Amino acid sequence: MSDMHAHSVAFVRETMLPEQEPPASEVGVVHWMRENLFRGWANTLMTVIAIFVIYKIVAGAFPWFVNGIWSTNSLAECREILQGTTGGCFSVLTERWNQLLFGFKYPQDQYWRLILAFVLLGLAAAPVLFNKLPKQMLFFTGLYPFIGFWLIWGGTLLAPLVALAGFLVGFAAFKKVEHQSFAMGALAFLVAALVTWFLGGFAIRSAPGFLALEAVPSRDMGGFMLNMILGVVCVSLSLPFGILLALGRQSDMPIIKWICVVFIEFIRGVPLITLLFVANVVLAYFLPPGTTFDLIIRVIIMITAFASAYIAEVIRGGLAALPRGQYEAADSLGLDYAQATRLIIMPQALKISIPGIVNVAVGLFKDTTLVSVISMFDLVGMIRGPILASTEWNGVYWELWGFAVFLFFIVCYSISQYSQWLERQLQTDHR
Amino acid sequence: MAEAAQTQMEISNEVAIQIENMNKWYGTFHVLRDIDLTVYRGERIVIAGPSGSGKSTLIRCINALEEHQKGSISVDGTRLSSDVKNIDRIRSEVGMVFQHFNLFPHLTILENCTLAPIWVRKTPKKEAEEIAMHFLTKVKIPDQAKKYPGQLSGGQQQRVAIARSLCMRPRIMLFDEPTSALDPEMIKEVLDTMVELAEEGMTMLCVTHEMGFARQVANRVIFMDAGQIVEQNEPEEFFNNPQNERTKLFLSQILGH
Repeated sequence: MSDMHAHSVAFVRETMLPEQEPPASEVGVVHWMRENLFRGWANTLMTVIAIFVIYKIVAGAFPWFVNGIWSTNSLAECREILQGTTGGCFSVLTERWNQLLFGFKYPQDQYWRLILAFVLLGLAAAPVLFNKLPKQMLFFTGLYPFIGFWLIWGGTLLAPLVALAGFLVGFAAFKKVEHQSFAMGALAFLVAALVTWFLGGFAIRSAPGFLALEAVPSRDMGGFMLNMILGVVCVSLSLPFGILLALGRQSDMPIIKWICVVFIEFIRGVPLITLLFVANVVLAYFLPPGTTFDLIIRVIIMITAFASAYIAEVIRGGLAALPRGQYEAADSLGLDYAQATRLIIMPQALKISIPGIVNVAVGLFKDTTLVSVISMFDLVGMIRGPILASTEWNGVYWELWGFAVFLFFIVCYSISQYSQWLERQLQTDHR
Repeated sequence: MAEAAQTQMEISNEVAIQIENMNKWYGTFHVLRDIDLTVYRGERIVIAGPSGSGKSTLIRCINALEEHQKGSISVDGTRLSSDVKNIDRIRSEVGMVFQHFNLFPHLTILENCTLAPIWVRKTPKKEAEEIAMHFLTKVKIPDQAKKYPGQLSGGQQQRVAIARSLCMRPRIMLFDEPTSALDPEMIKEVLDTMVELAEEGMTMLCVTHEMGFARQVANRVIFMDAGQIVEQNEPEEFFNNPQNERTKLFLSQILGH
């Protein structure tokens, strides 16, 4: 036995082997195609069918885009130019561009205000979305709601200034009384803010022309701008309300808990469209006669209520996913409830909830088109109403709806991409 | 013997924790029954006992992570009440180390350590970071300060947890089975840290199954069973000459292999 192996076992390598390139079939495009497109006959068949389908779609859509007409004033003119060949009448978009974006009543010479408001929105949102930006920029974010309101609705600058002053005075009062108890602080905030607003009301009435832009009533808002206003306002309001509702639902205090549970369950059990009808028609009966309660505000309240209930449930899921140990560790260090919630619990719960929150936010943004049903002229309302009903453009469906789809897709896809980026940013476990 | 004499000297007559006739129920289940315990400043107490005997619950009552229903607990002369401010003050004086570390995974090691000093003690950030680095050096992981808890081993995480508690400069430390979730080779590094802490005269209450640690460090070993303190004694006497039948049975099982 032993001498059978004796001459073959001993081995000493004298020269090391150099590294070699892998064979051509294992790298590059050829390898990728072989692995993914032509692996076995079934895979190859699917590839061929897919290529055929893609070809058919592109071949159908390509001339439609390329032959598209961009500069006529009506569908009839457009059809005349096309002479029966395939081609889109995109001129509806160029001719009705302003209507699609801003509605049909907003004064044309004031469009710069809306564009400025939109640009500033980006500036205000940036420090909230990207935490690497300097914290001082948040100062502008805090001012933006008042600037944005002034730019879009116009009127005297005093109105948003008084509103801002109310919040500042209220906050100062809160800080003064806070050490007694949080509830006292909240009460002080409310009283101080209301007094400021009440007094400021006189100032506004006495000087309605102070730094005034041309006032535009809410019913004149329209187009994609209306979707953006509703979407941005409702998302930014429903997140804090959702957090409060989620915390309230977990509260030890039975009354608070009970209120939150009833609110969430009721709102979730009702279709948004009925809430919008309530906002449009029924709410007016409950208000004292003579009060004008802006329709947009009523709609914002309803959509915010709707979205916060959903966000609250999403965040509750995030809270439930946190181990008890996190609460105990925060408690054992002597952090109070507010500190533990803000510094330990919420950052983690929100991180877990990001996909769910984004889901609600995207859904909410798309649901803003439902206001077209209560005769508001958002993008969908504009297309369905003034544009398709006009004699010039009656019958242009693909181009218009395609444009609406395109706009909404851009916004929603951006939100989704942002959230995925954010999730990667917040990943700290490095597993 | 000289060492033992020295450790005896560090214990003062000042009472750190006074528990009188304390009772606790989970629903109808009577978990802690008539607990009487006085802990003097500088004392190191190891609490042992079978699982479900109420050891963890007892030390969790001391910083009010669990509520007791009868009797009284005083920490540093302050009686524990249901007032939130009172509880938060006591918690900031009492450090706690958990079986599962409970570090905050979204914060770096350094931020874990500076969070409570900054927010509870209102320490300036720079100073809090210096304190944190001091204690991280003490537990021998200053070079991990910028990492996140998820990147550290179990033993390192537990040492960070100890440092995090120490950053609050607590007068009393509670340990709730600090080594039970660790691999054997990591237990030693955590125990070494605890021994060092004990040698500096920290008042410690430690729930653990590490009997070697108890022998080396404890002034007093408390044995609990069925929610009661069954026996307490100095470690030598406790291990060599247990009196109660339950203690004998427990020790024979735990030391038998």
